[in-house]
Amino acid sequence: MPAREGTYGLLAEFDTPSDLVRAASKAREDGWRRMDCYTPYPVEEAAEAIGFHRNKVPLLTLIGGLMGGAAVFALETWISVLAYPLNIAGRPTYSWPAFIIPCYEWTILWAGLSAAFGMLALCGLPALYHPLFNAPNFRNGATTDKFFLCLEALDPKFDLAETKTYLQSFQPNSVVEVDY
Amino acid sequence: MATKEIKPADQWIDPATGEYRVIAPGQTFRSVTEKIVRIVLTPHTPMGWFALFTVAGGGATVLLTAVTWLFLKGVGIWAITQPVAWGFAIINFVWWIGIGHAGTLISAILLLFKQQWRNAISRFAEAMTIFAVVCAGMFPLIHVGRPWLGYWLFPLPFTMTVWPQFRSPLLWDVFAVSTYATISVVFWYIGMVPDLATFRDRSQNKFAQYFYGLVSLGWRGSIRHWMRYETASLLLAGLATPLVLSVHTVISFDFAVAVLPGWHTTIFPPYFVAGAIYSGFAMVLTLAIPLRKFYRLEALVTDRHIDNMGKVMLVTGFIVGYGYGMEAFMSWYSADHWEAFAFWNRAFGPMGWSYWVLIASNLVIPLTTLWFRKLRTNIAYMFFISIVVNTGMWFERFVIVVTSLYRDFLPSSWGTYRATKWDYMTFVGTLGLFTFLFLLFVRFLPMIPMNEIRMILPQAKIKPKATVEAGD
Repeated sequence: MPAREGTYGLLAEFDTPSDLVRAASKAREDGWRRMDCYTPYPVEEAAEAIGFHRNKVPLLTLIGGLMGGAAVFALETWISVLAYPLNIAGRPTYSWPAFIIPCYEWTILWAGLSAAFGMLALCGLPALYHPLFNAPNFRNGATTDKFFLCLEALDPKFDLAETKTYLQSFQPNSVVEVDY
Repeated sequence: MATKEIKPADQWIDPATGEYRVIAPGQTFRSVTEKIVRIVLTPHTPMGWFALFTVAGGGATVLLTAVTWLFLKGVGIWAITQPVAWGFAIINFVWWIGIGHAGTLISAILLLFKQQWRNAISRFAEAMTIFAVVCAGMFPLIHVGRPWLGYWLFPLPFTMTVWPQFRSPLLWDVFAVSTYATISVVFWYIGMVPDLATFRDRSQNKFAQYFYGLVSLGWRGSIRHWMRYETASLLLAGLATPLVLSVHTVISFDFAVAVLPGWHTTIFPPYFVAGAIYSGFAMVLTLAIPLRKFYRLEALVTDRHIDNMGKVMLVTGFIVGYGYGMEAFMSWYSADHWEAFAFWNRAFGPMGWSYWVLIASNLVIPLTTLWFRKLRTNIAYMFFISIVVNTGMWFERFVIVVTSLYRDFLPSSWGTYRATKWDYMTFVGTLGLFTFLFLLFVRFLPMIPMNEIRMILPQAKIKPKATVEAGD
């Protein structure tokens, strides 16, 4: 668990996504790992720049979908064959072609719910508090029109004064210190 | 608004492509944000909103009255009886669900095809989907006569140990529609989270900050979150696409699996889906045209959107036309007496007028005129067309449900169908409820996805210099 006191990191604000991507990829090249970008819309290049290439959402979705489909198919079979067999026009009780449609729907339902809630869980959301909201310029920009790079204090390379100078070298609008 | 002249000097035309612009020139990240934010985060609600809200609320009250009386008296207050046991309730159910389909098409299928023009209209099209499904879902429930036993539709373990019958299309419907409603809500809400965060950060008053703070789940725009969010959106879109195609397919099974002439056809699934998208796009136009005028959003919902929706309607209209043609052809080609009679009765029987209303408003009027770009970008005309097609599609369902049922195999059991005032009140009531919910959405939630609009601005392009340096 990260320490809940002191400095969370240093936050540099940029005006354009290109400046952010340039700064982020340089920082990554220079060995920074504990860092993140904050943008008002998804900037794929920034994710590439900080080395975040793949995520686990598709895997969760696949597992969820398979479970949903299997669950409802098993339920249908159990109900129609064992729990409550009905003779409908002499059809076999295990009439699996008819079971496919609810199965199809539930595969989609569970896969969709897994994608959505899995995404939130992987992101650690909902998280109503985050140190970054303490930064004076964060809320005005991060969800509107500014691009941020945050180098976090947990990175071994972090040093308040040195890192500040380092970030200044990218010519950001500002570099602010973010406290927990 | 008059027809726009199409000449290259027109600021709405992109000189590079000769197409209408997806977004007006000269917008910035902040300006597009402000355009949406000012609609919601203002203490001054426009008087026009209140006026409409009152009318729509009145409509919703009519629905409440009709449904209350229905619960007290039973479905006998409707016109349904033998031989027409499926009346307005099923017509309205299919009509509303169909309208919802365009929302999913715009938000999911066009996302997969990377159609950037969809971005501006996707959010309120999704909202339209959800409210349409709300209206639709109500009908089967109140149609069962004893809605307090509605939970019997689901495979739930209760004391009577009665379980549903999985070979019935009506049960498939329960699964399809409930999944559709759930996935639509999830897709819509997840899509809205970053925009709600913008509202949280832009709002000045405490209550709004708390409210949007809670519903935005603490979204902070981390790039790692964005990438998972993008994956999840893409997956949800990929899942919603087969889902939306399956929903109207399953609904068409309700008809097609029956042995009734006029229902028992294999063309039904594709023809229902195309019809659903056709009417849905008409409803998107019905909503978008007044909205962009009222909130001055012409810079974001441009003539390009109206034009493109006209094109989609043209295509789906022709598929629907093919469906009608195939129905007529099969009634002859099947050499089946009952099939032939069902078609003849549809077109020339005592209720034949409804068939010709549908042919006129679904085929003749739109499909002869939507060819012309001048007309497709004439806003008043497109609004007119949207109303015409919505009416036509309602009549299509009327024709399918009523004219197939009222004269079946045995002439001694022939009857007729005349809707009662309670039928009309329920239908008008759902229009009221739909508008009511939609107005609330427009007032309190982001009706245009700001983050997706920012993505299509020219400023969002990463300059080459950066990408060269970004190599691993």
